[in-house]
Amino acid sequence: MSNRVIKVDALARVEGEGSLYVRVKDNEIKEVRFGIFEPPRFFEAFLQGRHFMEVPDITARICGICPIAYQMGAIQAMENAFGVEVPGPIRDLRRLIYCGEWIESHALHVYMLHAPDFLGLSDAIQLAKSNRDLVQKALRLKKIGNDLLEAVGGGRAIHPVNMRVGGFFRTPRKAEIRALIPDLEWAIQASHDTIRLVGGFNFPDIEQNYTFVSLRHDREYAIHEGRVVSNRGLDIGLPEFLDHFDEEHVKHSNALHGFQKPGKQPYHVGPLARYAINYDRLHPETLSAAKSAGLGPVVRNPFQSIVVRSLEILQVCLDALTIAKNYEEPDQPHTEPVVRAAVGYGATEAPRGLCFHRYEIDDQGLVKTARIMPPTAQNQKIIESDLWKVVAAHLSLPDEDLKWRCEQAIRNYDPCISCATHFLKLTVDRE
Amino acid sequence: MTANDALIIGVGNEFRRDDSLGLQVAARIEARNLPGVEVLTHHGEGTGLMSLWRGRSLVVVIDAVSSGQDGGTLHVVNTRLEPIPAGWTLFSSHAFGLAEAVELSRDLDELPPALWIVGLEGKDFSHGQELSSEVAHALESAVTKVIELVSPMA
Repeated sequence: MSNRVIKVDALARVEGEGSLYVRVKDNEIKEVRFGIFEPPRFFEAFLQGRHFMEVPDITARICGICPIAYQMGAIQAMENAFGVEVPGPIRDLRRLIYCGEWIESHALHVYMLHAPDFLGLSDAIQLAKSNRDLVQKALRLKKIGNDLLEAVGGGRAIHPVNMRVGGFFRTPRKAEIRALIPDLEWAIQASHDTIRLVGGFNFPDIEQNYTFVSLRHDREYAIHEGRVVSNRGLDIGLPEFLDHFDEEHVKHSNALHGFQKPGKQPYHVGPLARYAINYDRLHPETLSAAKSAGLGPVVRNPFQSIVVRSLEILQVCLDALTIAKNYEEPDQPHTEPVVRAAVGYGATEAPRGLCFHRYEIDDQGLVKTARIMPPTAQNQKIIESDLWKVVAAHLSLPDEDLKWRCEQAIRNYDPCISCATHFLKLTVDRE
Repeated sequence: MTANDALIIGVGNEFRRDDSLGLQVAARIEARNLPGVEVLTHHGEGTGLMSLWRGRSLVVVIDAVSSGQDGGTLHVVNTRLEPIPAGWTLFSSHAFGLAEAVELSRDLDELPPALWIVGLEGKDFSHGQELSSEVAHALESAVTKVIELVSPMA
């Protein structure tokens, strides 16, 4: 009888605190648990009774890496509740600041957290020893993302304070936005270099027949708005989201596990889902780079998410450049909402995937109920499903190597554990 | 402010009790309006810290430390001479924090000519804004140490 346990008590290079436990008996996997032990944060509960104008600044605190995702989802939900339409230039500025968050978040993940896995290195510090130029490029790319956030977001890259329901408190001057252009032009070239580098990595030969779910927009590669679409024919507006998706509590995690109804099926949100659903919305330059990197219109190997994430850096740099070149200052920084009792829905594509919000507001503008489904919570089931496949394909590996492979498989999702808690340690038990 | 000014960075989270000590030490120093001294606060994400100290000549970072010693114990590390001790847990909630930023800067030759870490041992990192009494009593010792370190420029 052969018993084997692989255990990671605290996962490295992920945001927040999580763990992994794998139990193998007679070379057969018995149990895989992706656990989140970071304590629940109860955001939805303490939003109750708050004035709607406070909500974007409170939800921004859910995450230091993707505050825009939470702010913008909340803002758009409030605007949906009150029937506010924002004009084109405000919409462009929203997309621009979101591009900044994507550049910053994706650059951190691709270079500092994920690339070392493929190069056999323990972290970015080792990477800097072997490839100093690469790390310097990553840091500059990330800083360009920060600068963009600061230019639009009110001088702060973390938890920016300038976005509000109806628009912005202050809109940036044309010169401030034009000043970003040379850096964005450099970032586009750096993104091409990144794609060439990560496209050449060796990927474990694992594919999954995922249900992909992401936003889809009429004209754009969906980032900050769109309908919810899957690769299995689902195409719904945001008010229908909870008819099709829900979350449940499982014993081993402080984050709720998202699933698709009926039958509690796992689904996949994030770069691979967005890419598959919005392939025809990619900029021609991104499409061409994808083809050069050997990718078709659908990528089912989760380890290739690093390539798709790099393509997305290019995509948002191109988008940001177009917006920066065409930006004209809006007449008004915001539209004043007229409060009414209503239910509002908002969803955006956070760097890690679809992030859904629903708020019920009373006639005084106070929140009666709040519901937020962060991407990492939605991805937990599919991460566990990937891990089953990865462990099964690598059972012959010694425990330490198997552990490494499992952690890498989790990092494919760039999980944001802090956001999901409402969520890594790895344990493999070989019995 | 110029690159020659001393830079003091208080790191922490104001809502996790003793983790906020870096911010509180920085606030006390800022209140003294020392000439030639710039005081900033930061949440502790590594690449952000690197961009703050890049090109500066004298930097002191204040952060909460958890190394198993008594609450309020003062730690001083001259990063030019030694790495941040391996046993320290620095309370960055991010994947890439102060210790990584120091070592990456060293490898990239971007470590300022003088970069000191002044740490106080924290005791209570739970939710809330009040410091543990041990840390509250030790706060001024960190203030004095930081001012002593920047005094050649102050």
